[in-house]
Amino acid sequence: MDYREGDAQARDTAEAVARRSYGKLVAFLAARTRDVPAAEDALSEAFASALADWPVNGCPANPEAWLLTVARRKVIDMYRGRRRAEIAGERLQIMAEGLDAAAADADIPDQRLAMMFACAHPAIDATIRAPLLLQVVLGLDAKTIASAFLTSPVAMSKRLVRAKDKIRQAAISFSVPEREELPARLDTVLGAVYAAFAEGWTNPGGTDVARRDLAEEAIFLGRVVTELLPSEPEALGLLALILHAEARRPARRNPQGDYVPLAEQDPTLWDAQMIDEAEDLLRRASALGCIGRYQLEAALQSAHVFRRRIGRANWAEVVQLYDTLFAIVGSPVIAINRALAIAELHGANAGLDAIQEVAADARLAEYQPYWAARAELLAKTGAHNEARQAYEIAIGLESDPAVRRFLQQRQSALKQ
Amino acid sequence: MQYLLMLYADETGWSKMTKAQQEQGYAAYMAYTEALKKAGAWVGSNRLQPVSAATTVRVADSKSQVLDGPYIESKEQLGGYYLIDVPDLDSALSWAARCPGASHGTIEVRPVWAMSASAAPAA
Repeated sequence: MDYREGDAQARDTAEAVARRSYGKLVAFLAARTRDVPAAEDALSEAFASALADWPVNGCPANPEAWLLTVARRKVIDMYRGRRRAEIAGERLQIMAEGLDAAAADADIPDQRLAMMFACAHPAIDATIRAPLLLQVVLGLDAKTIASAFLTSPVAMSKRLVRAKDKIRQAAISFSVPEREELPARLDTVLGAVYAAFAEGWTNPGGTDVARRDLAEEAIFLGRVVTELLPSEPEALGLLALILHAEARRPARRNPQGDYVPLAEQDPTLWDAQMIDEAEDLLRRASALGCIGRYQLEAALQSAHVFRRRIGRANWAEVVQLYDTLFAIVGSPVIAINRALAIAELHGANAGLDAIQEVAADARLAEYQPYWAARAELLAKTGAHNEARQAYEIAIGLESDPAVRRFLQQRQSALKQ
Repeated sequence: MQYLLMLYADETGWSKMTKAQQEQGYAAYMAYTEALKKAGAWVGSNRLQPVSAATTVRVADSKSQVLDGPYIESKEQLGGYYLIDVPDLDSALSWAARCPGASHGTIEVRPVWAMSASAAPAA
């Protein structure tokens, strides 16, 4: 094997390990020190060493263990050097031994879940939890995350650093909470995974690579949680919800790149395998007998799929699900979808009444779906002038050109 | 906090569009302006004539120099701007993403240098 071939093979192996084991390795290194940046730095140095060493000496039989051994040494060196003052000698010894013993073990324990609980800890600012998970568990860089969350890369980078400092300084524990604490703490983890998915979902055509990948990464995070907590109904519900939404992605655009609303999508374009998996997850969740918001949202997705596939209206069931969901979450976003379902069941005027209940919420002034829903319902009641104005705001608030064109078509279809 | 959203795009793109596309594009800008006003974020905005209408002026060694054309020749030109007043950068970036120009060009978001009365040079 010549040098270049070995180089390519080393790169492939390193990339494969990075994809599969990045979070596991960071979690393992950071769990003992609570020092996420040190773990990330050490691991990135270990990857660099691998790219220098493997082409010469061949890829090791257990690349994960190789990387961990090197990274572990780097962490300890780091502490001996610049972080010496912060840590007592005795603790350094214990830490080194702990890392040693574990690195000798061929099977590295999976502590990603414990790390996810640390990243989504209530003490961490809620808006940085999803970016933090994406960086720490999946190794995404701050620039990619910043683009997806529509924020400045410098600011995102600073906020990530601050959150990691907080984990170390406040000694936030890397552990899965005890039984009685679990539901509330799990809620923040699921919230962060959901936020990551929602950012990916805003690019329906999948044209923006960073965002499309984010949806896939969120699915990966959802799978990590359900694999490690297989009996948590809300974790199963969230994964079911995400898979249901993702399954419809291919149908959300026509070949011309125009936006296609759910009611007009071709169900044969949906990913049937993904829907089956989602349905299976939802069944498993409901067998556990504890309802929650993600299961309800997944059930709503399931009801939409059923209606379109069978061709039989099930709006009464949908409204009922929204009623329960609104009672639990109470967000104006849910109220808007509930109003649209009510309009299907009882007519556009009933829908408008329902939407009026939340219209005073200041958060809706810049929320495109509110204006689009309002416009659609007004148009159905024949209030075309008011509908035109509401469409105007919805168009102005939309950032996706395909959806903007769709709203413009709806607006121009109104009678003058 | 005020931000200037500078809209850069290849200005030949507009003339390549069909009449219907131009109307749709124009309407999208109208709607965007309306949404900014409704949210209380709009301070000012203008569309600029093409760079072929630009003239640059500079005074060096007390001698004025006037040249035809833009200051910098580039593939994308400054075609217009929005001056907005929003709470923070994240909010400015959200508005920039909503601007129709973001899907056919690039928006540069720059915070306005706030001049307090005391910092102004004495007359």
